Amino acid sequence: MRESLKGQSRPQIERIERRLFLRRGLSLGALALLSGCDVTNAESVQKALWAMSRWNDRVQGWIFDPTRLAPEFPDSAITMPFPFNAFYSMDEAPAVDAASYKLELGGLVRDKKPWTLPELYGLQPQISQVTRHICVEGWSAIGKWSGVRFGDFLKRIGADLTAKYVGFRCADKYYTSIDMPTALHPQTLLTFRFADQILPTPFGFPMKLRIPTKLGFKNPKHIVAIFVTNEYPGGYWEDQGYNWFSGS
Amino acid sequence: MTPSGHDTVRIHPLVVRITHWINAFAILIMVASGWRIYNASPLFGFKFPSDWTLGGWLAGALQWHFAAMWLIAMSGLTYVTYGIVSGHFRRKLLPVTPAAVWRDVAAAARGKLAHGDLRVYNAAQRAAYLGAIVIGIVLVLSGLVLWKPVQFYTLGLLMGDYEGARYVHFFAMAALVLFVIIHVVMAVLVPRTLPTMFTGRVRLPGAAGGD
Repeated sequence: MRESLKGQSRPQIERIERRLFLRRGLSLGALALLSGCDVTNAESVQKALWAMSRWNDRVQGWIFDPTRLAPEFPDSAITMPFPFNAFYSMDEAPAVDAASYKLELGGLVRDKKPWTLPELYGLQPQISQVTRHICVEGWSAIGKWSGVRFGDFLKRIGADLTAKYVGFRCADKYYTSIDMPTALHPQTLLTFRFADQILPTPFGFPMKLRIPTKLGFKNPKHIVAIFVTNEYPGGYWEDQGYNWFSGS
Repeated sequence: MTPSGHDTVRIHPLVVRITHWINAFAILIMVASGWRIYNASPLFGFKFPSDWTLGGWLAGALQWHFAAMWLIAMSGLTYVTYGIVSGHFRRKLLPVTPAAVWRDVAAAARGKLAHGDLRVYNAAQRAAYLGAIVIGIVLVLSGLVLWKPVQFYTLGLLMGDYEGARYVHFFAMAALVLFVIIHVVMAVLVPRTLPTMFTGRVRLPGAAGGD
């Protein structure tokens, strides 16, 4: 008993019922679409989304392998020119005075003595790394950063390495924070040079934390203060809804 | 539900019906929020209209995407596991041969594809549903690479690393959307398939009140 699409025949009453069923379904859909803004902006929905984001922070913490390295690239793979990205335009990047600059330390740190730029430049060993910067927007670019392992620096200043968070405050009023396992990752660098030059102002002079296992916005530039804490410090974008862990 | 149980037969198991609608809902969220995420850094020379997207801005879209991700992962995994373990896939989707698919697609194009017996999928349907499952798996895997390009680096190499995975994810999305459009059009053309996806039951061909 073969039957084609065209040849569909069925009792009239059934057809009418179906039409009503479909129309009701369509109006329900239309209603959902019309009130879409209200539904998705409802406080309860927003709360659920934020809760899911915090859940995803935990899951990412479990997935994160502190020994797994981000891929490194040859110098020939470096993206030129490297894209500038911040919450302001390039000419608004903060001009930090090198002579008066002092890095402040706070929180669960034994030695809170501020660091001058010459002292930071004198840290050893300095290493270079060509890694991929992935932006939360989706694009990626490969760059070269040089500096010292952040984990070494944290040990040097007597940071409590069992604490949960490391927070950063920046000269451009930006702020962010990361988890301790990522802070101690061997590729997480406190960098002073970009593309073999002293960090240019748009790229974070005098100091940028380079984390190839996190999205770009988790890599603070123009750092003026570092603190170690167990209280969730949030961040500039994180407080507006971007996922806090944002690790790769 | 089955006052006339003697002339209806169950064609969609409960697990399939439940996961079908959860998957449909989750895919709607994933696609709509995914388009908003795409718009933040388009791969091609176009953007999706804002009104078709979900989330309001990039951060909102990402929140939706990474919340619905769990829904699609759990429902999709349940569906695929059930389909394999219960033999549902083997019974309903196999065998499928290129020749049979070609024959049925050609028949459908001429409006002459048989839909008399909803218990049996024609070859075009089998290919489409198997294709949708494969596309879904590709979407999840490429999505994992985009979410965790370092942790899933080896998997990423299969699709051209992070940047390659962006294209894989995009084209798999496009293929899935194409599937959904065809799927919905076919359901509208053969509307008695729709209630079946809720009740799971279909009247036997030739039974009272039937065709």
